[in-house]
Amino acid sequence: MTNLKKIVGKQIFIPIAALLILILFNLCADPSFFKITLGTNSAGNPVLSGYLVTILDYGSELAILAIGMTLVTAASGGQDISVGATLAIAGSAMLKVLCGGATSASVMQAPVIVALLVGCIAAMLAGAFNGALVAYFRIQPMVATLILYTAGRSIAAWINNNELPIISDSAFTVYGGFIPGIPIPTPFFIAALCVLAAWCLLKFTTIGLYTQAVGINENSARLNGINPEFIKFLSFVILGVCVAVAALIKISRLSTINYSVIAKDIEMDAILAVALGGNALGGGKFNLWASILGAYVIQFLTTTLYKFNVQSDALPAYKAVVVIALVVFSAPTVRAKLTELSKKKSRSVQLAGKEAA
Amino acid sequence: MDNSKKTAGNLGFLAKTSDTTLLLSITIIVFFLMYLGAMIFQGAGFLKAQTFFNILNANAALIVGSVGMSIVMITGGIDISIGGVVALVCMSCAVLLDKQGGNVPMAVLLAIAIGLAYGVVQGYLVAFLDIQPFIVSLAGMFFARGMTTIVNTEPFNVANEQFVALKNTRIKIPFLGSVNKKGVFVPAYIEIGVVIALLVVVLFFMILRWSKLGRWFYAVGGNRTSALMLGINVKMTRFYAHLICSTLAGISGFVYFLHVGSGSASHATGMEMNAIASSIIGGTMLTGGVGNIIGTLFGVLSLSTIQNIVSSAGLDQAWWTGITIAAMLCLFLVIQSVIMSAKKKALQA
Repeated sequence: MTNLKKIVGKQIFIPIAALLILILFNLCADPSFFKITLGTNSAGNPVLSGYLVTILDYGSELAILAIGMTLVTAASGGQDISVGATLAIAGSAMLKVLCGGATSASVMQAPVIVALLVGCIAAMLAGAFNGALVAYFRIQPMVATLILYTAGRSIAAWINNNELPIISDSAFTVYGGFIPGIPIPTPFFIAALCVLAAWCLLKFTTIGLYTQAVGINENSARLNGINPEFIKFLSFVILGVCVAVAALIKISRLSTINYSVIAKDIEMDAILAVALGGNALGGGKFNLWASILGAYVIQFLTTTLYKFNVQSDALPAYKAVVVIALVVFSAPTVRAKLTELSKKKSRSVQLAGKEAA
Repeated sequence: MDNSKKTAGNLGFLAKTSDTTLLLSITIIVFFLMYLGAMIFQGAGFLKAQTFFNILNANAALIVGSVGMSIVMITGGIDISIGGVVALVCMSCAVLLDKQGGNVPMAVLLAIAIGLAYGVVQGYLVAFLDIQPFIVSLAGMFFARGMTTIVNTEPFNVANEQFVALKNTRIKIPFLGSVNKKGVFVPAYIEIGVVIALLVVVLFFMILRWSKLGRWFYAVGGNRTSALMLGINVKMTRFYAHLICSTLAGISGFVYFLHVGSGSASHATGMEMNAIASSIIGGTMLTGGVGNIIGTLFGVLSLSTIQNIVSSAGLDQAWWTGITIAAMLCLFLVIQSVIMSAKKKALQA
């Protein structure tokens, strides 16, 4: 009993439980969901395909965003809803660099690393804008990021003068597709690199500790010599970097960009990943691993819904139900009531035992 | 001692005026300056009375939605689901009228029912389970957008005769209008939606000013703990605020439907943003406790006037609208933040 409680009490239990439920559901509904086949793509390279590979592929960009979103949530007690729009800005800037300002290019006009740097700067500027509003002007995070949520896609269109640059260099599709000779999708490796970087950041610097301190109690963090404004600001800038990396994967998949559609509703998925990871949405303690696992579970859910022929426009409705169920379950008032109920139950069991004796 | 008196003297006027009056007067002044500027520099178009009434016609739904948003914001909450609710109401009413053989009164009832249902669920989650309003209404927004496509995927125009007649009803304004090229006097007109919107504004202005419930909203938004100590039922008050906001979103949906006459999943995209921006420009504070419905009305007017100015200045590419609104919102948020910290200092001195 106590062992079970210990396992259930762990934060990472929530995404694992959700994953198990989804796996069980798919096993019952259609076991072919888990089939993975090794084939060759049009270029003659070996590639793995199947629903599980899709999850690994598309869940990776979400996992990258979840890293940044977790830090923002922990530090500021709010979420950034402009990630989709910022992603469009970063992607647009990258394409402009890659195509050398032209509307189409058959060969990359600049090395990818330069494009990534430009995208990073664009996304970090957007993050800095959000962060400054939140940290220094004390505007609620979600309202502050609402500004870019509306304006972001317009800015992205403006960067490329509303044209959709196309890049048809096969070397560029590697980042969102497959490295020749390796059958596992590249985004997974990029996500792994990002996770490693985030792990190092938390392990070898004090950012993780400071972020938690600011999230739990800003004033006492200040009394302990931490600069809460700077920590909040920093968390938004870090999210900017994550967004830029995700943008690279996104535009590499498409080889072009569509400002109004690219990464649409991805903010919802990223927030959902953080919530599913059992992190307090009001700030404070966080668990990066749980968020990352949460991101893959969300993608699992999306892929499952797609498999059952749910329209992509109708997806948000189902996910919204999941969000509400999650937040209701993790709401403090509901939790308190649940523990009260279980206490009552155990007490009545004890009483019954005594009477029987 | 002397020193502190001096600072109080400089900022004394800030400390004396109430927050609501101060922010309201800024908004009204900004609106009139902007419209005057447009009349002088852009000329012809803005001199016509119909231009002003067109702004009202196009934004009647936004006015209704913004009133609800202001009320929720006064209690210290927020609701970003209203754009989604508007789209859902439009689509549901369109399907009811054209595919289910319903009539207009039924459509009105349906619109209000959708709003009420939204209000009950969101209000319960926010007020009684104490979940962040932003998360709840974010989920609400996505749910509504998803449901809209589930109700009907393809956008379509409504052909119901009764409805089209209502949609095309124009109320003429006496004495105002313009003379067209043939020298015939064309009176200015407004649509039915505008009448509904103005009624809503007046009604909720009175409720916030003079009813007990209205004063509770301000008290709860100003300071929840002291409101509780005064014996106000804080949970119920927050519940009512969300109930009113979502119901108004339902009505706003019908007004929007009356204006466009079609159902589409992409209707009212970003309307929540415009409503929040209007409320903030109109002097409602995000932190709660401060706000005025008349200010909200002027907020909507300022917002749409600047949109008109931007597009008539030749910057009619789609992105300029988004960028100007965001810039204006950002400006007003910063002004609020600065004024309030200046005021705090003045009060301390």
